[in-house]
Amino acid sequence: MGDTRIIEAVVIGASAGGFGALPQVLAALPANFPAPVIIAQHMHPHSHDGFLTDTLDSKCLLQVKEAEEKEVLKAGIIYLAPANYHLLIEKDKTLSLSTEDKVNYSRPSIDVLFESAAEVFGRRMVGVILTGGNSDGAAGLKKVKAVGGLTLVQDPEGAEAATMPRAAIENCHVDRVLPLADLGKALVENVDCG
Amino acid sequence: MSGLNKDMDKITTESIEINLLVEALNQKYGYDFSHYAEASFKRRIHHFLSKTGGGRVSELIPRLLYDIDFFKSFILTLSIPVTEMFRDPFVYRMLREKVVPYLKTYPFIKIWHAGCASGEEVYSLAILLKEEGLYDRAIIYATDFNDDTLERAKNGIYPIDRIKEYTVNYQRAGGRKSLSTFYYSKYDSVIMNKELKKNIVFASHNLAADSAFGEMHLILCRNVMIYFDKVLQNRVLRLFHESLAARGFLCLGTKESLKFSAIEHHFESIGDAEKIYQRE
Repeated sequence: MGDTRIIEAVVIGASAGGFGALPQVLAALPANFPAPVIIAQHMHPHSHDGFLTDTLDSKCLLQVKEAEEKEVLKAGIIYLAPANYHLLIEKDKTLSLSTEDKVNYSRPSIDVLFESAAEVFGRRMVGVILTGGNSDGAAGLKKVKAVGGLTLVQDPEGAEAATMPRAAIENCHVDRVLPLADLGKALVENVDCG
Repeated sequence: MSGLNKDMDKITTESIEINLLVEALNQKYGYDFSHYAEASFKRRIHHFLSKTGGGRVSELIPRLLYDIDFFKSFILTLSIPVTEMFRDPFVYRMLREKVVPYLKTYPFIKIWHAGCASGEEVYSLAILLKEEGLYDRAIIYATDFNDDTLERAKNGIYPIDRIKEYTVNYQRAGGRKSLSTFYYSKYDSVIMNKELKKNIVFASHNLAADSAFGEMHLILCRNVMIYFDKVLQNRVLRLFHESLAARGFLCLGTKESLKFSAIEHHFESIGDAEKIYQRE
């Protein structure tokens, strides 16, 4: 795919339909995947935090865990934003949480995660928008694009909920729109696994 | 400069602007934000910018320096008064089951609720103490660095449309009565009963600058330290350690912890999920 560059982080946003879509993308990542993967999946504020983490962990080669306050990002680990908290990335590549107001009616908000990631990683990152029923993530992905990050969006055709990927595509000129089954592969191809 | 570089350059330049703003606030008003976690601090500043007509971060500096009302509204935007009554009900349940029996052994109980914001959780605690028959021999110091939020906490008036959610929380937290016993409704608000306020002392206290409170039996500080960097987090935790009586309790936000902190070895975990600790 030519455009292999050093990628320091992959951020993924998903909403309605994400529980089905995320395992498909993440299971394609090899055990030596050389970047951390940080995910904001919309959840009910009182949902049991462990459920999605455990499900994904059982289906992935990479370790999946809930993001912890001030945790240092490590390559090859998948971090999930806890329910009812925003997840942000700090300059020193640590994670921080926030209980600020909802953004786009969501906490965690995909925009919040993506915008903070864009400031830290610039072109050395990939932003991925998956299925969802609102337009959270569109502004965040636009910022990722503006700083030169790679932007991937799930093809709205065939997405369980098309609104979110469609909003992302309409809001900026994304690099690639791919069917769900090809997204994991695209990540592997664009992130050098050595 | 290419478009991409321009965007990254803007981000770097904005960091300089934020540093200057932080320095200005510290020198002028003695508020030190230099150890706030930057990503969310930056979001708050942008939120304030968009509320006040936009422009660059550095353009805020002269207005903040010369206009005290502008400064006050800035501080109000910075503090994050997003809370709810009986937030994380399982935490209150554990306070009731594990901490209250301990508190009952004292003739007089001192509690510090640090960073109480608009007060919803202070009243939650007051209700819990009432139901457990401890309220009359307790005093709750409810502190915040922001005087305007503190005033809201003191008033104890909350929008009625959230009361349904609070009632569910209260029941999950092991509430014994009906939450409506503790407030009355007026128009589209609920007002917390006066008798809940009797033993609450609302006071201004800045965790980033001020010193310890003495001999507390219980300190609650939930979802405050997530906005601080490691340096300030450790300062605050040392402050709590100093302020607690022997065998006193510390209750943090459910995503906060003493893990890797400088005081970890002085505490024993009472509830791993609830983030309730007991001092040695």
